[in-house]
Amino acid sequence: MAETSLPATPESAAAAAPRGRAYNARTLPGFATVAICAFVIIYAPIIILVVFSFNAGTTLAIWEGFSLRWYAQAAANEQVQGAAIRSLYLAGSAATIATVAATMAALATTRTRRFPGRTMIYALINQPLMVPEIVTAVALLIVFAWVKVATGHNSMIYLIAAHTAFCIPFAYLPIRARLETMDMTLEVAASDLYASKKQVFTKITLPLLMPGIIAGYMLAFVISLDDVVITEFVKSAGQDTLPTYMLGQLRRVVTPEVNAISTVILLAGAILVSLFFWFSRGRE
Amino acid sequence: MSDATASPTAPGELEAEALRQDHRTRWLMSLPAIAIILCAAAGPLMVMVVYSFLAPGDYGNVKWEFSTEGWVSVLLQRDIFDGTLAWADAHLSIFWRSLSLSLITTVVTLLIGVPTAWFIATRPDGKREFWLFLITVPFWTNLLVRTIAIQELIRAEGVINLILLKIGLIQEPIQMMFTNFAIGFGMSYVYLPLMVLPVYAAVEKLDFRLVEAAHDLYASRWKAFRLIILPLIKPGVIAGSILVFIPSLGAYVTPRVLGGGKNLMFGNLIELQFGQGRNWPLGAALSLTLMVAVMIALIFYVRATSRETHNG
Repeated sequence: MAETSLPATPESAAAAAPRGRAYNARTLPGFATVAICAFVIIYAPIIILVVFSFNAGTTLAIWEGFSLRWYAQAAANEQVQGAAIRSLYLAGSAATIATVAATMAALATTRTRRFPGRTMIYALINQPLMVPEIVTAVALLIVFAWVKVATGHNSMIYLIAAHTAFCIPFAYLPIRARLETMDMTLEVAASDLYASKKQVFTKITLPLLMPGIIAGYMLAFVISLDDVVITEFVKSAGQDTLPTYMLGQLRRVVTPEVNAISTVILLAGAILVSLFFWFSRGRE
Repeated sequence: MSDATASPTAPGELEAEALRQDHRTRWLMSLPAIAIILCAAAGPLMVMVVYSFLAPGDYGNVKWEFSTEGWVSVLLQRDIFDGTLAWADAHLSIFWRSLSLSLITTVVTLLIGVPTAWFIATRPDGKREFWLFLITVPFWTNLLVRTIAIQELIRAEGVINLILLKIGLIQEPIQMMFTNFAIGFGMSYVYLPLMVLPVYAAVEKLDFRLVEAAHDLYASRWKAFRLIILPLIKPGVIAGSILVFIPSLGAYVTPRVLGGGKNLMFGNLIELQFGQGRNWPLGAALSLTLMVAVMIALIFYVRATSRETHNG
């Protein structure tokens, strides 16, 4: 506090506080209450969703005892199995390609003076973040509809390309952040000791960069796993991922099966995000 | 890779050549990322500009003839019989719903988000990270799943109605699903973290000695908040507001799940042109309109955040 920061004896400090009770500039009336309410509001719906996924009954609102029947039903549902495998395959491929491309781009655009076109590379890499998803989705629908007719090719390649594109900025940002805070002296020392460029990269740069790369991969994976809008517009028939499958189910009668799938997705997402925090805190 | 490898004895021309070589390598390394984004994000947007100037095909898609009809129909509609133009009321009401619900969402998240951010930022050093983590995790969890969670809450047989019925406050369940309220509630819920994070960053940098000084000069807490704190955290508040406003304006999933078929927002109107409406040029023009609106909001965002860094 301002008063007590003066070199003063305890008595004079006490005398300097004019209005009895110590003043705490960090509290504002009602703010803590609103904040606690906010946390309750944020978590209550999620907790209710998770709890009812374990409900033995068919209704969503009346608790009829603990059961794993909806998980069993979801796991036995062939559509769900297919969608789950597709989701993981898609997120895995897109995150891998995006992370490799983003790592290369991050190495190229950091730790250098401005060079011609650097701003343009930045802008392009971050472009998917700046356009509403629905706009990108219909643009892809237009272009891919044409390509699909022209080539007659209908595989997952369209979904992988679309997912990779919007995953790149998410992979790029943590990798770039890591690069910018990395100590360059080790690399200089290595090349002073006659390490080849390749040795410097594989023995020094890459290991130091690894936490950033892993964090970028996690983020890209989560973003791909969560996507609904772009997938919904790009997918061909029979290419549902878990989120688009659930979106389709919502039009019909909702059973706790959707809750069970939601809970699994929530859990997977929460684990990946926690890992992301863990790795991105790896910078000293 | 590094400029330092150029020999110090090399004349200027060699150095310039090395620099050019360096730039070429950097461009080559960025190429995969750029190529993917050009193919599967930025490029298709360009194609959409072309499509917005074509005539609609009979069964979706387009006819390759120039037409501005797509852009005209964003705001106007042509009478089928005499071809006169009138305001497209259906579109205008959807634009209005998008704008008003986005603004309401921004205000609601502002009222809840600022105290929450303040609360997190004023926790003791070791505990701040925990609270920050608590607010960030839902933000990264699936948007559809969080929307479904809200649906469970407000459905006719949902938890809220069940509790209200049980305590006898209402006799019949309140119809909350498929209303503007449901969309606004859902969007406020899913976008709240986007408000909290930038405001938190601003509060964390706040010099609390200024608040104490205000107190010493007999300012009430409210007055200190209004005259000292608010102006200082304003860049964070503006940034948060725009970060909430932008995805609200372009929202698709939340209004589709909670708003149903009658309460469309901008994103759902766009989808309609590629589904039942089958007017691709209009859909393309609508998409570009939305994109421009978002770009304008983004410019304000960049200005707000750059001011923040100047002050810091």
